[in-house]
Order: sequence, then structure tokens, then C-alpha cells
Amino acid sequence: MQVVDLEAEGLRGLNKTLQAQQMATNQTAWEVVNARGAHAIAVGLDAPIEVTVRGSTGYYCAGMNKQAKITVDGSAGPGVAENMMSGLVVIEGDASQYAGATGHGGTLVIKGNASSRCGISMKGIDIVVHGNVGHMSAFMAQSGNLVVCGDAGDALGDSIYEARLFVRGSVKSLGADCIEKEMRPEHLSLLADLLERGGVDAKPEEFRRYGSARQLYNFNIDNAY
Amino acid sequence: MLGLPWDVFSGVEMCGIVGLFLKDQALEPELGAMLGDMLITMTDRGPDSAGIAVYGKQDAAKLTLQSADPAQDFAGLAEALGSKLGKTPALVVRDTHAVLTVPKSDLSEARDHVRELRPNIRIMSRGERIEIYKEVGLPSEVASRFDLASMSGTHGIGHTRMATESAVTTMGAHPFSTGADQCLVHNGSLSNHNQLRRKLRREGMEFETQNDTEVAAAYLSWRMDQGASLGDALEQGLHDLDGFYTFLVGTKDGFGVLRDPIACKPAVLAETDQYVAFGSEYRALVSLPGIEAAKVWEPEPATVYFWSH
Repeated sequence: MQVVDLEAEGLRGLNKTLQAQQMATNQTAWEVVNARGAHAIAVGLDAPIEVTVRGSTGYYCAGMNKQAKITVDGSAGPGVAENMMSGLVVIEGDASQYAGATGHGGTLVIKGNASSRCGISMKGIDIVVHGNVGHMSAFMAQSGNLVVCGDAGDALGDSIYEARLFVRGSVKSLGADCIEKEMRPEHLSLLADLLERGGVDAKPEEFRRYGSARQLYNFNIDNAY
Repeated sequence: MLGLPWDVFSGVEMCGIVGLFLKDQALEPELGAMLGDMLITMTDRGPDSAGIAVYGKQDAAKLTLQSADPAQDFAGLAEALGSKLGKTPALVVRDTHAVLTVPKSDLSEARDHVRELRPNIRIMSRGERIEIYKEVGLPSEVASRFDLASMSGTHGIGHTRMATESAVTTMGAHPFSTGADQCLVHNGSLSNHNQLRRKLRREGMEFETQNDTEVAAAYLSWRMDQGASLGDALEQGLHDLDGFYTFLVGTKDGFGVLRDPIACKPAVLAETDQYVAFGSEYRALVSLPGIEAAKVWEPEPATVYFWSH
């Protein structure tokens, strides 16, 4: 286990070290101490290493992640795992607004609640939230899956494209062009896999599925150039 | 970081807010030092100017005065006021500011005399407990100029400003006070402040600047003058104030927090048996005693939070 003291090494020192790890590195386990809410911790990683951050983080932790497994042993500030490409990011506490925004791939697991705009413009990422999500979650979501084990706030899935939304609790309101959809066998098996990967002990049958009604401007071929 | 559309609105930058409400009296001598640490941590969010409102314990009446030429304006002021009021008031100078303490019954008379004797002096606050200090410059410089670390009190709020809606001046710095023992700091921008300022002027409210936050402060003072509680005034503000905001409002007894319904502007609260603390970011709170075990959460949008002694 490599331990990096963020206060001693500085943010650039930490990120440079983590970003320099190669595919075949022997140093696969890292621990970051003294996070103290700092911004941009462990961003732009591209190696199959495991990083555990002790304490809560500020803006953009684990942004642009590829391959790495990053765990925040605390809560995460705005934009955690923004634009993730692959890998796994686990938040033991809560996540602030726009968690997982624009994520292309990989899995984001939030064990507490996520606040507003969770999964905004998601493009293939899988997000599993053990608690609730705030308003405008999955706004303009294009692809991927958002699983909410608690409740969803206002305007869930506003202007959604092809992402799938699964919610176990209540939905305060659905956004424009977002509707409840039938839960077919393939969705139940997909959800079972997501729940297992997210470490959630829940039955897929307890969830409802939401997605696009495909009625907005972009879905009408007559509007194409 | 990636320049995505919501980053623009998310308050990655554009002002930092801190606040501290003490439950444990033993911490009161440390209020200024704790608040100062929190304020300086928020320098990245607002390097243009900084200000603090500190609520002290003594029940006198106080005016916080500010002058661009303190050597000239504060010299002999106490004596000149003394000859008008019949008793020389206490005047404690801190850099460009000075706190004038008078008997409660003399407060409005003293204010009128200050305006007459020293027309260039600005009155930053009035009330039984509030003192406001604000200046242009980095938060660390502002904190040391006023010797914030030496101040004690029951609660306080602070602000680091990145100017968007009006010029970088002392008067454009936060907090804004428009009523006795009331003040407001703000992260965000209001879009209907000009219209609301005209309306409030007709209602008799006075304005010193073109700043949007001053309008929000005046709005809340106006509501409270009409008999609303702070909580009610904030609730009504949800209908009448248009724009992005996280507000932290100080009163004689405590402070309140309100975020607009869209809640783009960040806010973190922490509570322990000893205090309630507010920060634009968790970073502002990390040096507080017992923060590891504190209850830490983000205030819900369009929801009023309030603590009082």
C-alpha cells in the first residue's frame, strides 16, 4: 500500500504520481490521506489501480477516470467522477450536485444520497445511488443506467434520450418527455446485475423504470437536416 | 473543470460564504479566529474583497463606521459627538472602520450627528450586537487589517467576493446591512434587483449602492419591519427574488440559510453540540473542532434553515 499525504505532496504531486502508473504497475494499492475537502483529487487516472481517499473531497474528484477503482471514504463535492470513461468510483458518504455528469462508461456507486443533477448528460456510465437523488437528475441523459434505491426529486429525466432510469422509491415529478415504462425481463436482469455491482441488497421487482417518450424535437425525423 | 454548461452556474467560483453559530459559550472568545480561518480558506472563490459581521455579547447600541480617510474622519469624532450628546461615547478604531458605542436611547440621534459631523463616513451597521467590517483585498489581508482573530462573539458570517454585478469597492463588499442587527451575504446573482430596488425605494428603504445583494438585504429588512419573522421573510423571498442565490442572513440572535429552488450555488452545513457552521465548500469547515464527527449535509433547495440563541 502506497500512502500519499496530500498536504505534504500537494495536489499536482499526487495526481502526477497517480497518472504516471502504467498498466503493469506493481503499485496497485494507494491511499490518500489529509484530503480536507481539496478539489480535483485523483483525476485523469488511466491504470487498473485502487485508490482510497480518506476524508471528504471537494470539486471534481475522480474526474475523467479510466480503469482505476477510486473510493472516497467520506462525502464527495460537486462533479464527482465527471466524464468518467471506465473503472469504478465508490462514494461511502453523500455526493454533491452533478455526480457522474457526462460519464461515458464505468460505474459510480454512491452509498449515501446524491444531490441535484445526478447523471446530467450521462453518455453510457452506470450510476447506482443507495439513497435519494435531487432535482433534475439524468437531465438530457443519453445512454447508460441510473439506479436510485431511494426517492428522486423534481423533473427526473428531463429531455432524456436513451438512458434507463430505475427508481425504487417515489419520484417527485418527471421532467419533459420522461415517462414510466414497462419493466420487461431483460430490464430485471440488467437491474439485478447493476444492484449486485453497486452492493445493494434489493430486489429488481421493487423498482420502476423510466425513460424517454421520444416525443421531443430531436426524435422527429422531419426535423432532421 | 471541463467547461460544461452547468459549471458556469455551479459556483465553481464567484464568491465564498462562511458562517458560524456557537452553541458552546466556551468557544465565544475564539469566534473571530475560527471565522477568519474559514474565510481565508475561501480566498479562491473570492479574491476581490472580503467582509465579516460579528455579533458580540454586550447589550449596548453600536454603529460601525467606515471612512476612506480614517485618520482625518475619526480624529476628534468622539469628543465632537460628546458635546452634542452630553456624554463622550466610546470609539474603537480598527483600520478603516470604527465602532461607536452609545446608550440605546441615543442611537438614532448619534447616527444623525455622525452624518452631519462627518459627511464622508459611511455607516456599515447599527444595532445592539452587530459589527461589520469589509474592505477590498485578499481575505487574509482584510482579516489581519481588522485583527479579526481577536474578536469574540456568539455568531458571525463572512464573505469573499468575486464581483459580477457591481464594482469592486468597499461598499460593494458583503455583508450588507439595511436594518438594526441584520445583515446578509450572498453567493449568486439576482436578475430582478433593479425593479425590486425601485419598489423598495417607494416603500422608504434607502440604498447606498447598485449592488444586487443590498436589494436582497433591504427586501428582508422591509419584510421584517412589516412584522415578518426572518423565516417568513425568507419564505416570501422565494417568490419575490429572481435569480441564483445562496443567502446567509444574520440577526441579533442567530442566522438563517436559504438556497434558491434551482440550487446551483453550493452550500454545506455542519452541526455539532458546540456549533452550527456554514461553508460554500466543505474545505471551509475542515479545521473546526470535532468536524470529523459532525453532522454534515447540504441544505435542500427552497428550504429555510434557521438557528437562534
